[in-house]
Amino acid sequence: MPKRTDIKHVLVIGSGPIVIGQACEFDYSGTQACRVLREEGIRVSLVNSNPATIMTDPEFADATYIEPITAEFVEKVIAIERPDAILATLGGQTALNTAIALHERGVLEKYNVELIGADIDAINRGEDRQIFKELVRKIGAEVPRSAVCKSMDEVRETVADLGLPVVIRPSFTMGGLGSGMAHTPEELERLAATGLAESPVTEVLIEESVLGWKEYELELMRDRNDNVVVVCSIENIDPMGVHTGDSVTVAPAMTLTDREFQHMRNVGIDVIREVGVDTGGCNIQFAVEPSTGRMVVIEMNPRVSRSSALASKATGFPIAKIAAKLAIGYTLDEIRNDITGETPASFEPTLDYVVVKIPRFAFEKFPGADPTLTTTMKSVGEAMSMGRNFVEALGKAMRSMETKDAGFWTRPDPEGTTLEGLLKALGAGHDGRLYTVDRALRFGATIEQVHEASGIDPWFIEQIAWLNELRGEIEAAPVLDETLLRKAKRAGLSDRQISVLRSELAGEDGVRTLRHRLGVRPVYKTVDTCAAEFAAKTPYHYSAYELDPNAETEVTEQREREKVLILGSGPNRIGQGIEFDYSCVHAAMALRAAGFETVMVNCNPETVSTDYDTSDRLYFEPLTFEDVIEVVHSEQRSGPVAGVIVQLGGQTPLGLAKRLADAGVPIVGTPPEAIHLAEERGAFGKLLTDAGLPAPKYGMATSFDEAKAIADEIGYPVLVRPSYVLGGRGMEIVYDEESLAGYIARATEVSPEHPVLVDRFLDDAIEIDVDALYDGTDVFIGGVMEHIEEAGVHSGDSACTLPPITLGETDIDAVRRSTEAIAKGIGVRGLLNVQYALKDDVLYVLEANPRASRTVPFVSKATAVSMAKAAARIMLGTTVKELRAEGILPAAGDGAKLPAHAPVSVKEAVLPFHRFRTREGKGVDSLLGPEMKSTGEVMGIDVSFGMAFAKSQTASYGSLPTSGKVFVSVANRDKRAMIFPVKRLADLGFEVLATSGTAEVLRRNGIACTVVRKHFDGVENIVDIILAGQVDMIINTPYGNSGPRVDGYEIRTAAVAKDIPCVTTIQGAAAAVHGIEAAIRGDIGVRSLQSLQAALKADDLPEGAGTGREGA
Amino acid sequence: MTKAALVLEDGRVFRGESYGALGESLGEVVFSTGMTGYQETLTDPSYHRQIVVQTAPQIGNTGWNDEDDESSRIWVAGYVVRDPSRVPSNWRSVRGLDEELVRQRVAGIAGVDTRMLTRHLREQGAMRAGVFSGDALADDEVLVGRVLDSPPMKGSDLAGDVTTASPYVVPAVGERRFRVAALDLGIKSNTPRMMAARGIEVHVLPLSSTVDDVLAVEADGVFLSNGPGDPATQTHAIELTKSVLERRIPLFGICFGNQILGRALGRDTYKMRYGHRGINIPVIDVRTGKVAITAQNHGFALEGEPGEEFTSDFGRAVLSHYCPNDDTIEGVRALDVPAFSVQYHPEAAAGPHDAAPLFDEFCDLMNEAR
Repeated sequence: MPKRTDIKHVLVIGSGPIVIGQACEFDYSGTQACRVLREEGIRVSLVNSNPATIMTDPEFADATYIEPITAEFVEKVIAIERPDAILATLGGQTALNTAIALHERGVLEKYNVELIGADIDAINRGEDRQIFKELVRKIGAEVPRSAVCKSMDEVRETVADLGLPVVIRPSFTMGGLGSGMAHTPEELERLAATGLAESPVTEVLIEESVLGWKEYELELMRDRNDNVVVVCSIENIDPMGVHTGDSVTVAPAMTLTDREFQHMRNVGIDVIREVGVDTGGCNIQFAVEPSTGRMVVIEMNPRVSRSSALASKATGFPIAKIAAKLAIGYTLDEIRNDITGETPASFEPTLDYVVVKIPRFAFEKFPGADPTLTTTMKSVGEAMSMGRNFVEALGKAMRSMETKDAGFWTRPDPEGTTLEGLLKALGAGHDGRLYTVDRALRFGATIEQVHEASGIDPWFIEQIAWLNELRGEIEAAPVLDETLLRKAKRAGLSDRQISVLRSELAGEDGVRTLRHRLGVRPVYKTVDTCAAEFAAKTPYHYSAYELDPNAETEVTEQREREKVLILGSGPNRIGQGIEFDYSCVHAAMALRAAGFETVMVNCNPETVSTDYDTSDRLYFEPLTFEDVIEVVHSEQRSGPVAGVIVQLGGQTPLGLAKRLADAGVPIVGTPPEAIHLAEERGAFGKLLTDAGLPAPKYGMATSFDEAKAIADEIGYPVLVRPSYVLGGRGMEIVYDEESLAGYIARATEVSPEHPVLVDRFLDDAIEIDVDALYDGTDVFIGGVMEHIEEAGVHSGDSACTLPPITLGETDIDAVRRSTEAIAKGIGVRGLLNVQYALKDDVLYVLEANPRASRTVPFVSKATAVSMAKAAARIMLGTTVKELRAEGILPAAGDGAKLPAHAPVSVKEAVLPFHRFRTREGKGVDSLLGPEMKSTGEVMGIDVSFGMAFAKSQTASYGSLPTSGKVFVSVANRDKRAMIFPVKRLADLGFEVLATSGTAEVLRRNGIACTVVRKHFDGVENIVDIILAGQVDMIINTPYGNSGPRVDGYEIRTAAVAKDIPCVTTIQGAAAAVHGIEAAIRGDIGVRSLQSLQAALKADDLPEGAGTGREGA
Repeated sequence: MTKAALVLEDGRVFRGESYGALGESLGEVVFSTGMTGYQETLTDPSYHRQIVVQTAPQIGNTGWNDEDDESSRIWVAGYVVRDPSRVPSNWRSVRGLDEELVRQRVAGIAGVDTRMLTRHLREQGAMRAGVFSGDALADDEVLVGRVLDSPPMKGSDLAGDVTTASPYVVPAVGERRFRVAALDLGIKSNTPRMMAARGIEVHVLPLSSTVDDVLAVEADGVFLSNGPGDPATQTHAIELTKSVLERRIPLFGICFGNQILGRALGRDTYKMRYGHRGINIPVIDVRTGKVAITAQNHGFALEGEPGEEFTSDFGRAVLSHYCPNDDTIEGVRALDVPAFSVQYHPEAAAGPHDAAPLFDEFCDLMNEAR
């Protein structure tokens, strides 16, 4: 069946900010969809509030709306764009929920818009647990016994019948939010209550426990001719009880016979048909009782999911791309398989390798959070790897994590490790559970014991036992000869792991030297969807070791164009996420367009960078020195390499720069010595002094006494952090000697080699972020961002505005001068990010990072200039001047001075606190500080700050209210400034709630208000009232240096839990009032990025310049 | 570790470790891309005299059980894998795969770069080869000589080796609706099972059976099974098929049976470069345009173009199915006599069950003929 001719315009709904459970995999899928639809000549409109996505680049849609993904805003877009159809199955749960809301409000009917992919009935059949269960029973398959409950009484009744333990799953939440397993009546009460609260329809499913069963997933696709294919099977190593996003998973399934697999496949196909997903992908989860093979269906997602992204990368079958084609009417047999170029997409990929995915957690960011893995997803990212067998893939995935453990045996067993303790630990899912398996085996456990304790299939345990045998063999061998080395490498052991076992080889480098001398190098195989049955056209490679010295490598020669390797950023984590991938992707695009052959190296399956057609070549490899140097070697053998880009993928590749350079690898852009200069405090301090730039006073301490002396000299509060990590890890603001002592005591690794930095903390300062380019001669300021929160909150966690709203021309000039001086002083070639604090008209330099920053995509969207593309070109030798002439950069001017009518963009951070609970089940401390905690960001863009700000709040916390109750509690210094906005809210009909101090000020100014108790002031205090859902908006400014900022953040956490807007600055409050007024008037409009950016470009000076600019 | 070598007739030698029994096995080396179902593959008579390379690297994970054999023994001549499992893990497993290979004296080799080998076979075509280990190992030239001395697949008459010695009956499950004479060219256990489940009493007959034998069981239909070897050698089966067509007895063939029916209808068969062996292979039904994902195992195929109509000795016929990967003919249907066949495996085992409704179609055909 050919393409439908009645669809000429499709609205794609994205997934919004990166949150736990919904990450950049939806940028990957959405980008594919937009690309496909436009290739098919269809007009594409797009709504997504996340600026850090490739899909929201103006060239990916005809009309890009960076607007909140709420039914209200999407309706406005529909009213303007009048699309024929909406594609909501590629934007995660957010898009699906929005589609349902649009349907319920009658918007789809009103504008006669068709939902393509899955219709409302299918979405409901897939998402409504009760309907879904009945449907599974109807097709003759099994589900766990269960009941849907709408109240605590119903919950108790059900459990009386099923018995404990039970699983609690709230309806209509994503990533398993609010779900969990209750073993005791107390746990039941707590989890069920939370679940009911988390569910937008106040509904939870109470289910028979399948804890400990084997867990599988199938990824399926269906077309409108009712053809169904299974793209991939995934087996979770962690058995049922751990969310699949938090499990170590393997593809294809390792421990199913064909009979069992085909049964699963049949049920899967019956389910997708019965649910009625017309076209596109779906994911179905199964549990299998290990001793009988009894199989039950757990759930299905009638949409593209995180697992689909994984399956796409694991197999080379691009699910989202094909889903988009199916949605507009094509059938699977009409779509070519890109990889072979010959065969159709109507087939099932078959793998001749093994894929392992390991989740990445961030518990260290949330002190007190219970790290036990449950059915609520807690991981913030993942890495995937491919190997020619399970252990090889496992080893690669483990070292892709970039945690302290870099594979088995790379860290000594903790003191006091006992077999008993290990076996006990294995009973619950936890980060690094496979390390615990390895330890348990080495401490004498049998495979059976480990299986009993963990529920992990013995096959996987035996594989680890085999690695331990190999370990013994390596340790015992008189010499490490070629045969044994090949065997070790083929088992996925890194040079570093081997070096642990062979101390005479002088570490990792020694192992590598020996290995290279013996000619033991990896070969590169190709992901081709078909196990080599057909020739692959797409150079999508992974490394493998073979025993055969003559094993074949499949990297093709290419000597015409110079190659540039771009090192990606590895697994997403807090502080290093999609923003860095965005820059890497832009570099690939820009350099490809400039005639280079681009080679991407990355191990994150969620990203656009690891899409096989983003770069000319893709190596799906860990970003360790060993793996990267082998890729470089492979590429150098196959043609000329111009250089390696380490500047765009965040700290991960930057950390490799020096070793790569020392190994003779050409690093393009800012040289490693210059990177070091910016990172080394002493040298950087001297640079600033020489340039006459002020910086907060600081000192370096190796003991408490030294720290105290420094703090006494520069005065409290001080910012303390370890010197050996960047990105805010372990940073704290301390206000007095006691907390300083506490910090030093906790920072166990303080030593002369690892000193602690003590900086003066500039309280009440305005923080400014700048992204700039430097080519050795000219500086181009990409944008100057003013933080809305004061300095002290990590830049990644605070809202900011571009252009700045309170900075004057002299401030901006100072920023420019300082940035130029720093760029020159460091010797930057490419991107530079500088953070400043402005206090009492003095511009202090906080830090400078000669690399792509988190804000690059935001700046690029706000100013219509792709900073990363320009940076990539500068790294390869093009000048700012030439880029201006070419139209990559504007012909004149830069982002420091935007035209008067330029739109205002506001970035707001999205925080994951509601994902975490302490072991006692309480919310974790949500105090914000210098250590970054947000997982993602949204952007509000409009013609005025107020509107832009309102949108940013709506996009991150939900719509601003137009009536109801507003709670006001502000710091003393803000009390005067608060009066006007609060009065305005009262005039608009809001009921004002305030704590006693604030209430008194309000009353004296003629504003009626209701007094409520403070947080620590007994029952029915403000936090209780918020949690009871009785407050519609909160204005709460932090109490500054009045000690720990706890009270406000308790309120903020409650606001987050209830998804209500919480404004933390007076500027924000005024802005929110503007927004509310606009909302009441009904004139908060939506405008496409293309039209907003046109306003920037109209000003773009001389005629003839600016042609060829993206989005123009 | 015991050394082993896989030696190809073109002189390529792949070295590895012995897997299963020690010794020598000669045959045509082919690759199979299925990720599940090695037990079914090994016991599929169609693999008689073939050395099978598994492209999936981890083999043997689920061990060997008592239910999934597709015949009474392993037919695969030699086995080539990359990473054999050291222990089986599955609730139905009764022993390890290596143990079973030893028990049935199948010589295999492990640890080779199976992907390099597969790419070689894809480019050069399936060819004669030998797996050698233990005492059978010798200088490469000697081994290549032994391979070259072995008979090629083209022109090989192998169905006679695998067919049942005497007829047997698989009773219908529940009420008997039909009686079918199934000519055993290398039939798999699941085929009579699938028919029996549809109320068919299956009389499995040896290859040497005559049309009188067929008539003697008062068959409502005739089934031509899968099997090994070159279809061009099967004069007897082809003649028998013609007699069945003449009598308008409903006929259904699969795999080798498809080639037999095709030849009976006057089409030629040819040897494919490397064949179709896997469980992910799309087949399009020309009539409906719908895709089935099928299990396949064939090195020969019918000549012709997808959808091509032609006239045979038995009236009009059409090449009814094809594989969109390479346009190989995957089915033929007679339009004037009740006969059809497909090149793939509706009984699956191993593989997807998408094509199972073909057995229902066979029942419909028998119904109509009544």
